[in-house]
Amino acid sequence: MMRGNRLRAVAVLAAAGVLAAACGGGGDSKSDKKIQLTVDVFGEFGYEGLYQQFEQSHPGVTVRQRKVSSLDDYKPRLQQWIATGSGAGDVVALEEGILPTYMQQRTKFVNLFDYGARSMQGDFLPWKWQLGLSPDGSQLVGLGTDVGPLAMCYRKDLFKKAGLPTDRDQVGKLWPTWDQFFATGQRFQGKVSGTKWLDGPTAVLRATVLQNAGAGPGYSYFDKSNNLVFDTNPAVKQAFDTALKFEQNKMTADMSIFTPPWQTALKRDTFATVPCPSWMLGGIKQFSGDFGKDRWDVATTPGGSGYWGGSWLAVPKQSKHAKDAAELAKFLTGAQGQVGAFKAKDTFPSNVKAEQDPAVSGALNDYFGNAPTGKIFGQLVASVKPVYLGPKNEDVRQAVENVLIAVGQGKVKPEDAWGKAVDAAKKAAR
Amino acid sequence: MASRPEGRPARREAVPGGDGRREGASVTALDARPVRSASRAGGAPPKPSAWRSRLAKLDLKASPYAFVAPFFVVFLVFGAYPLVYTLWVSLHDWGLASGTRKWAGFGNYSYLFGDDQFWHALVNTVGIFALSTVPQLLLALLLANTLNRRMRGATVFRIAVVAPLITSMAAVAIVFGQLFDTDFGFVNWLLHSHVDWHANRAWSWTAISVMVDWRWTGYNALIFLAAMQAIPKDLYEAAAIDGASRTRQFWQITVPLLRPTILFTVVISTIGGLQLFTEPVLFGSGTSNKMDGGATHQFQTLTMYMYDSAFGHDRYGYGAAVAWALFLLIIAFSLLNFAFVRRAGGTR
Repeated sequence: MMRGNRLRAVAVLAAAGVLAAACGGGGDSKSDKKIQLTVDVFGEFGYEGLYQQFEQSHPGVTVRQRKVSSLDDYKPRLQQWIATGSGAGDVVALEEGILPTYMQQRTKFVNLFDYGARSMQGDFLPWKWQLGLSPDGSQLVGLGTDVGPLAMCYRKDLFKKAGLPTDRDQVGKLWPTWDQFFATGQRFQGKVSGTKWLDGPTAVLRATVLQNAGAGPGYSYFDKSNNLVFDTNPAVKQAFDTALKFEQNKMTADMSIFTPPWQTALKRDTFATVPCPSWMLGGIKQFSGDFGKDRWDVATTPGGSGYWGGSWLAVPKQSKHAKDAAELAKFLTGAQGQVGAFKAKDTFPSNVKAEQDPAVSGALNDYFGNAPTGKIFGQLVASVKPVYLGPKNEDVRQAVENVLIAVGQGKVKPEDAWGKAVDAAKKAAR
Repeated sequence: MASRPEGRPARREAVPGGDGRREGASVTALDARPVRSASRAGGAPPKPSAWRSRLAKLDLKASPYAFVAPFFVVFLVFGAYPLVYTLWVSLHDWGLASGTRKWAGFGNYSYLFGDDQFWHALVNTVGIFALSTVPQLLLALLLANTLNRRMRGATVFRIAVVAPLITSMAAVAIVFGQLFDTDFGFVNWLLHSHVDWHANRAWSWTAISVMVDWRWTGYNALIFLAAMQAIPKDLYEAAAIDGASRTRQFWQITVPLLRPTILFTVVISTIGGLQLFTEPVLFGSGTSNKMDGGATHQFQTLTMYMYDSAFGHDRYGYGAAVAWALFLLIIAFSLLNFAFVRRAGGTR
C-alpha cells in the first residue's frame, strides 16, 4: 500500500513467519455456498472492519486476511505464488512499484471487466484507473485502493526561529515552485544552524519527475513502448537537476524515510521539512511523538501536485472463487470500502466518491494543528496527471536515488552525478 | 614431545570436529564389520535353504547402502537437486514477476564476468570476511583458553558466550544501528569522532565485522573449548614441570593440538563468511533498499547482490548465475584456506 511500510519494517527480517496456510479454503461453490476468500496484503490497509461488512452482505462467504508487515517480505512471496500458479490469495494487493511488472503477465490475473467493474470507472481518479488497465484498454487487472497525494510537512517552531511565516496558507505561498522552495531553504539554513532543510533527496526527485512528466510527455524513465529514455527525456533531466541542487548545497540530511536514523531525527531538530504523502502523517505522528506535538503542520507541495505510493487489488486466475473475489475487490475499492479504510488507517482514497464523503473531505488532523488534511490532499490529488511507468521503473528510480544520496555523502562529485545516474539507470533497466 | 601431540588429536578431535563425513564413515565401518564376521561364521559350514542364503547375501550387500541411504536421499532432495535446478535457471533469462523465461545459454555468465557490481560485491565480501574472521578466530581461541581454566561459574560463562546467537536479529539491528549512527552514535561519541560508518566503504566493513564477531566469536570459542578439554592434562603438567609458561603452553601445546579443529572452524567460517547476508542487510536498514548495501554498494555482499537480482530486480536467472559463481568461489576459497592453514600448522 504505502511505500513507507516496507521501510519501516526494517526489523522484520527475522519475523517472516506469518504464512502458514494453504490457498483458497473451502470446496467449489455448490448450492449451499460456503466459501472462504483469502486476501493478501502488506502493511496497513485498514480492511479488518470491512471484511465483516462483506461477510454480512454475502452469506456463506468468510474472508481471511494474510498480512505481511513489509513490502520487502511480500514481494518475493507473491512472485513465487504467481510464478508457480498456486498459493496466492483470492485477492492480492499490488503496490505501485510492482504493478507495472505484473502488467506484463496480466494473463495470470482475471479481467475485472468480466465481473462488472466497468461501471466503476467514473468513481475513480482517471490516472489511478488507467494504471490498473492493460495498455490496449481491454483488461482491467487492478482496482485502485489508496493514493499518496504529496503535501509538505514543516516544523512551525523552526520556521518561526528562521523568521518565516508559520501559517499553512502563507507557507504554501512561499513555494509555488521548487526553485522558490530551494531559495526558502537557503534562507532558512542561513538563520538556523545545525538544521537541514529537507530529510532527504528522494521525495524531491520523485515528485518533480512526476510533475514534469505529467505536464510534458506523460512518461518518465521509460517511454510507452518500455524503452529507457532516462537520458533523453528532458522531464527527467530537469527533475534530476532540481534534486541534485539540494544535495549539492547540503540542504538535506541524506536520510531515507522510516529508517532508524530518520526516526531518531524526528525527535530532534535535524530537518525542517518532510515531503508528506498522506500516509506520512501517521509516520511523523508515531515517531515524532510528544516531542513533535504542536510543532508540525502541513502545507501544499511545490510544483502543485504529486503522489507517492498507493496500491491496487487484483484477482489471480488461480483463485477458485474468482467471482466472489472480484466482488470483494469491488467492495473494498468502492466508495464505502475506501471511506472505511481511511477512517481505520488514514489511507487516502483513490475513489472520488469516497474523497467527497464528509468523513474524508472534512477530516481534520489534530496532531498537525488541526490541518484540514482531507481538503489539502483532495486538492493535491485532483491536479495529478497520469504518468506511464515501465516495468523496470522502480529499479531505475532506486538506482538514481542512490546516486543522489552518494552525492550528499561526498562519494560522487556533483558534476559526475548525471553521468553516473545514466549508467546506473541503464544497468538497472537491463 | 613433538611426536605425541601429532598422534593424539586424530583420535580425540572427533568430538569437536564432528562433521557429518567423519561420523558417517564410522557408522558404516561399525555396521559392516559385525555383518561380515557373522556371515563368515555362519555362512560356510552348514547349507540352509538357498532362499535364506540369498537373503543373507542381499543383506550383506544391500544393508550398508540402506543404512547410508537417508543421508544421500536427503542430500539429493535438498542439496543436489536445488544445485542442478539453479544451474538450469541460470541458463535462462527468467523473471518470476514479469513471467519471462527465455533460454540464454551462458549469457548470464558472460554478463557476470563484465559486471562491475558483481566484482565490487566480491571484493566487499572477501574484505569483510578477512576483516571479521581473522580476529574472530584469534579471539575465540583466547576466549576458549580462558574458559578452559578452573574458574567459578564456568558453565554460566560458557553458556553466555553463545548468547548472541540466540538474540533476536531485530534487536541486534536496532542496537548496532544506534551504536554506529553517525550523528548520535555511541561509538562516535566514545571515540570523539565523526565517522560516517555507513557511507565510507572501509568503515562500513569494520562495523559489519564487529557485528559478525559479536555474534560468532562465542560459537567458535565453544568449539575450541570442547577440543581443548580433550587435550590430556598430563601434557600441561609435564610442560609446567619443564618450566614452560602459560603462554608457552598455549602456543606449544594447545594450538598444535587444536589444529584439526582450527581447520574445521576456518572452513566453516569461510563458508559462512562468503555467504554473509544478515549482518550487512541489517546494517543497511538505514537505506531505502536494504539489499543495496549503501548508496554506492559499499557494503553489498555477494548474497545480497544475488537476492537483489533474483527477487528485487526480477532477474531470477541472473541471480542463479551469481549463486553458482558464489558456490564455485566458496569451494575454491575453502580449499585455499584449508591448504593455507595446514601448511602454516605443518611448519611448526
